[in-house]
Amino acid sequence: MATAVFTPKPHQLADEEDQRPRKNYINVAFTAKSWLLTVDHKRIAILYLIGVTLFFFVGGFFAVLIRLELITPAGDLMQSETYNKMFTMHGIMMVFFFLIPSIPAILGNFLIPIMIGARDLAFPRLNLLSWYVYMIGGVFTFAAALLGGVDTGWTFYTPYSSTYSNTNVVLTALGVFITGFSSILTGLNFIVTIHKMRAPGLTWFRLPLFIWAHYATSLIQVLGTPVITAAIFLVALERIFHIGIFDPKLGGDPILFQHLFWFYSHPAVYIMILPAMGVISELITCFSKKKVFGYSFIAFSSIAIAVISFLVWGHHMFTSGQSIYAGMVFSFLSFLVAVPSAIKVFNWTATLYKGSVSYQAPMLYAIGFLGLFTIGGLTGLFLATLAVDVHVHDTYFIIAHFHYIMVGGTIMAYLGGIHFWWPKMTGRLYPEGWARFAALVVFVGFNLTFFPQFVLGYLGMPRRYHVYPDEFQVLNVMSTAGASILGVGYLIPLIYLIWSLRYGQLASANPWNATGLEWKTPSPPPTENFAKTPIVTEEAYEYTPLRPQGQEAEVV
Amino acid sequence: MSEQHSNAAFAHQFEDADQQFEASTLGMWTFLITEIMFFGGLFLGYIIYRSLYPEAFAEASSLLNYRLGAINTAVLICSSLTMVLAVRAAQLGQRRSLVVFLVLTIILGSAFLVNKGFEYAHKFHEHLVPGPNFGPEPALAHPQQAQLFFGFYFSMTGLHALHMIIGIVILAVFVVQAQRGRFSTEYFAPIDIIGLYWHFVDIVWIFLFPLLYLISRT
Repeated sequence: MATAVFTPKPHQLADEEDQRPRKNYINVAFTAKSWLLTVDHKRIAILYLIGVTLFFFVGGFFAVLIRLELITPAGDLMQSETYNKMFTMHGIMMVFFFLIPSIPAILGNFLIPIMIGARDLAFPRLNLLSWYVYMIGGVFTFAAALLGGVDTGWTFYTPYSSTYSNTNVVLTALGVFITGFSSILTGLNFIVTIHKMRAPGLTWFRLPLFIWAHYATSLIQVLGTPVITAAIFLVALERIFHIGIFDPKLGGDPILFQHLFWFYSHPAVYIMILPAMGVISELITCFSKKKVFGYSFIAFSSIAIAVISFLVWGHHMFTSGQSIYAGMVFSFLSFLVAVPSAIKVFNWTATLYKGSVSYQAPMLYAIGFLGLFTIGGLTGLFLATLAVDVHVHDTYFIIAHFHYIMVGGTIMAYLGGIHFWWPKMTGRLYPEGWARFAALVVFVGFNLTFFPQFVLGYLGMPRRYHVYPDEFQVLNVMSTAGASILGVGYLIPLIYLIWSLRYGQLASANPWNATGLEWKTPSPPPTENFAKTPIVTEEAYEYTPLRPQGQEAEVV
Repeated sequence: MSEQHSNAAFAHQFEDADQQFEASTLGMWTFLITEIMFFGGLFLGYIIYRSLYPEAFAEASSLLNYRLGAINTAVLICSSLTMVLAVRAAQLGQRRSLVVFLVLTIILGSAFLVNKGFEYAHKFHEHLVPGPNFGPEPALAHPQQAQLFFGFYFSMTGLHALHMIIGIVILAVFVVQAQRGRFSTEYFAPIDIIGLYWHFVDIVWIFLFPLLYLISRT
């Protein structure tokens, strides 16, 4: 029933034989200029991959120092001022320079045009610009770190950030401000591309769920990011001119900053997790070899999450003196956002049911994601409950909660996605054995790091302190031990993925027997993605389980 | 927002000129939505402090010269008219009138900025700029809250002026390109899109003018 009119007649074998001389987006030119001035979305994705990986390890370096300090109850490795800078820089680097751009700017950039059968994004030069803007923002923030750092916490709460902190607040804020434009431009580009560049026959409900997730993400980027830009602008203004916008001594309202900040930064959490959900939808269906369960429910739940995400910011401010009625409404709405998230988890689980499940490395990450995201999501409900939140607010419970979402969710999906599409991006296979081993190490290390923090938080250990009572030491040592395992788990893929660039096996066009347009073009794809604009005549995820691959996609 | 090669009617990633036109237009609308959210954050801040300190804001607002503001409003509305006429000229392929209307739009936009510059200079002389030198004569009843008002006044009108300057620079580029005959009845998207931007910047001012200048005048 399913047909793909554009698949070339000579089958995979022939395709693999003349892989070498074929021109693709990598070997089309080798100069530095051809990379730095490229407008090819695939090359820009690789540029992002390099930038994001760099900032990930910078952020990780700060995390190492934090965990080392917390081995002992006393503050022996660094002083509290230094510690404040460490967790601030860790948060800023990871949130603004790793988590937010990671999946959209790398995988999204690479895959969205190919998945929808386009030659490029709608605005290729804007895409290149957004990479430069991102890197400039990153350099500013990194410079601020080198020049003495910043100690406000990644949340820049006023009036501390606007009046009292003696660290590089303006420079750091400028970095975040600048990188915000990169996020806006990427979102804008994706929205226009998904609306206007789809191949003939590719209707909205034939789109891969990855595209739906990125569409929802882009909506948040476009609607939310300008608000934090405005908030940071006001903080900078306040710091430079002392107008009093956020300083209660001068008649200002520091809580206004929290409203503006979380109006963006709560939806930003969904900028981080929605693309991850998109990746998981692809991985689960491919490795179950089964049509995704409840396509339209997963698609619309992405949009629902994007919409509701704008209505829940007040749950960060239950203890900020917000009115109890506002708190109740925000609490209710926060529960509501769990519904579309749960729909996704149920649908993924139902997709596994009676599928032909195989356990390659990307699938291991996807299964890890399912468990960890569920734990992270359910503890989110604890935090959305007004009374419980008062108990665990600003404790390690919340640290553990959002790391389960951000690290257990986003990074698991990011690594799963990188592995899954690595053959497509580079034309090389990664070593499967090492990859499975690394996935296991990451999973174990992650849980050992962050599960004890749930307990710590529930017992009352506050976040952002480097000195703590002796009875918390055992759990903290466990957490630090887990962090070192987790660190190894991140280094192994870094090594073997780089190794595979030279020594990995050559990848065929479709090493996973997956559906989707990106697997119908060679690996790595040519610059123009497709020899000829594809015409789509099949629904998404036409997998047929329990039948050998090759019979489902007929060639016309 | 315009992505094109100078001699091709549409860029390589598009199938045809229509697709490019639709994509560019949607891109600009999306960009304007981000702008609305950005100014929205500032308007929210302004409105909150205005409702917290209504007397101080009314008093501070009365120090603004509403006549200059009204003149500027009229100038901007006229510039929107010339902008629309420029778009129309571009659609009809009338190169000469396109150039004329673009230049008129630039002149009106610049007139707005010059006027604004005089207003700013006046505020400097009267010590109405927030900071250590704030202190108009005669003294205000609520000097601290008045600084909040002028903080918002300068940042919001300043950002608006920045958008005007960017718009004028782009229009100037298009004037040169229009003279060289870059635009035709088939290809006028850049003019159409800068028109959207220009009207948006006008509308921001339409909100700024009553909020900043007229709140004390009932």
